[in-house]
Amino acid sequence: MTELTQLTIAEAREKLQSKEITSVELTDAYLSAIDSANEQLNAYIKVTHDKAHEMAAASDAKLARGEGGNLEGIPLGIKDLFATEGVQTQACSHILDKFEPKYESTVTKNLWDDGAVMLGKLNMDEFAMGSSNETSHYGAVTNPWRAKNSNESLVPGGSSGGSASAVSAHLCAGATATDTGGSIRQPAAFTGTVGIKPTYGRCSRWGTVAFASSLDQAGPIARDVRDAAIMLRSMASTDAKDTTCVDMPVPDYEAALGGSVKGMKIGIPKEYRMDGMPDDIEKLWQQGIAWLKDAGAEIVDISLPHTKYALPAYYIVAPAEASSNLARYDGVRYGLRVDGKNIEDMYEQTRAEGFGPEVRRRIMIGTYVLSAGYYDAYYIKAQKVRTLIKRDFENAFAQGIDTILTPATPSSAFAIGDKEMASDPVKMYLNDIFTVTVNMAGLPGIAVPAGLDEKGLPLGLQLIGKPFDEEGLFKTAHVIEQAAGRFTPDKWW
Amino acid sequence: MSVDQATVKRVAKLSRIAISEENLGKMEGELNAILGFVEQLSEVDVDGVEPMTSVTPMEMKKRADGVTDGAKAQDIVANAPESDDNFFVVPKVVE
Repeated sequence: MTELTQLTIAEAREKLQSKEITSVELTDAYLSAIDSANEQLNAYIKVTHDKAHEMAAASDAKLARGEGGNLEGIPLGIKDLFATEGVQTQACSHILDKFEPKYESTVTKNLWDDGAVMLGKLNMDEFAMGSSNETSHYGAVTNPWRAKNSNESLVPGGSSGGSASAVSAHLCAGATATDTGGSIRQPAAFTGTVGIKPTYGRCSRWGTVAFASSLDQAGPIARDVRDAAIMLRSMASTDAKDTTCVDMPVPDYEAALGGSVKGMKIGIPKEYRMDGMPDDIEKLWQQGIAWLKDAGAEIVDISLPHTKYALPAYYIVAPAEASSNLARYDGVRYGLRVDGKNIEDMYEQTRAEGFGPEVRRRIMIGTYVLSAGYYDAYYIKAQKVRTLIKRDFENAFAQGIDTILTPATPSSAFAIGDKEMASDPVKMYLNDIFTVTVNMAGLPGIAVPAGLDEKGLPLGLQLIGKPFDEEGLFKTAHVIEQAAGRFTPDKWW
Repeated sequence: MSVDQATVKRVAKLSRIAISEENLGKMEGELNAILGFVEQLSEVDVDGVEPMTSVTPMEMKKRADGVTDGAKAQDIVANAPESDDNFFVVPKVVE
């Protein structure tokens, strides 16, 4: 049974279509893998055994008739941020206790329409606020990777830590994730998996619990570039229910794989060379440059001068939007209610108990920067800086740059309960220093595993593309993947 | 700019998040660490720069002003902590 969980989506799809295996067999293999591993990894907060069986049986019936969609019979994990009808959806927050939506998010509906099977809901940082998956109400997620000669538990990154851990440990064939400042790409880099944040507007946000609406985008975390391409094709769509979702046909991303990067101009932004960056990261970046050069791409040094201001601007824009979006959690319509002396006290007690410390902190910052007298100095200023960040990228693309290559993270995975990160919220925020610019500019970005550091932990490279050039990213990431190989943790769980 | 404990209290009130006296100092420190970090934006010259309103240049989609959904009051109150006859129940707000 364990061999079945080794199959990529592309491999499983072929075996399902040729009836060499059934979806029920494949689904059972994943369910037993989850049941034996989840106590250690805590990647799933809810396993939907019965629903998985039902969906797999329905897929087998379709496959037997020679029918079925792009993902027919493929078992997936779903980040707890996506509303799933009749299945708990709590954004891993105490304040959404027992919430069971009566509707399905557009992204998950697209997956089910294409035949995918739901294994369960995946752990994440509370309301997607975090870079280590330690802010979840359901406890930290453990990275299946460990440093050489060590049994210390490491974080899988965040906020999509459950998704990354589950994909890396083969507890699902692929997973949905979301990315507001790096929440797909950073955990993908920490776990040796592939994660893509598509262009803002490519995936519908309808039915996805909102964090920062102008930055949030859904995307897949998968074992390899091909699987990520297969999943994104199904997740992306047009959607009348989300006015920011674009009316553009979804390309067959898989068809871009194997294309040549000969003559492509790859930009190397000097501002991503940070003080104190570990040598391993610099070496990895140089290796990535060499691989693309060998494949015939032209390497061009570029400048994105406002890079260093992206993270501070993000920590104004994202909390501001979050404070507005999270105003709805008031103990009246859903979730937790803590009684108080009057209605206002009820709101205040409910929100004090229902939100964890990181979420409370961000709501407070957001409320402050939007409050009378500070709105122009903080919020409007940050939105102006955002215009400059986007302009930097536009200038690079106008110079003829096709894709930009950077490291995905400033380090490899760190320990759960890292004291430095825990004592200073800003230290934790620095995890997203290479990824957050992409959200601020609404661009697509992919993290692809490219090597191991001296501790034996995976590191990723990031490719940033022009708006809606996900195909270019898949093509280029595939070239890196072919050169770097794939990375799987040794099983200890 | 930095916040003092009175400002933390006021922001907590605006946020509708109860905060105990003993936690005010800790929250003051954390908020000031974040505000100190974002302070570097003051170096950036934004003269004549428009604030971003949309990351992708697109026209807002419009739809016909018609009823497309509804008659599901039970679904809407299904997750409420307290409801009665399809109404949300809240503590008394008018004396």
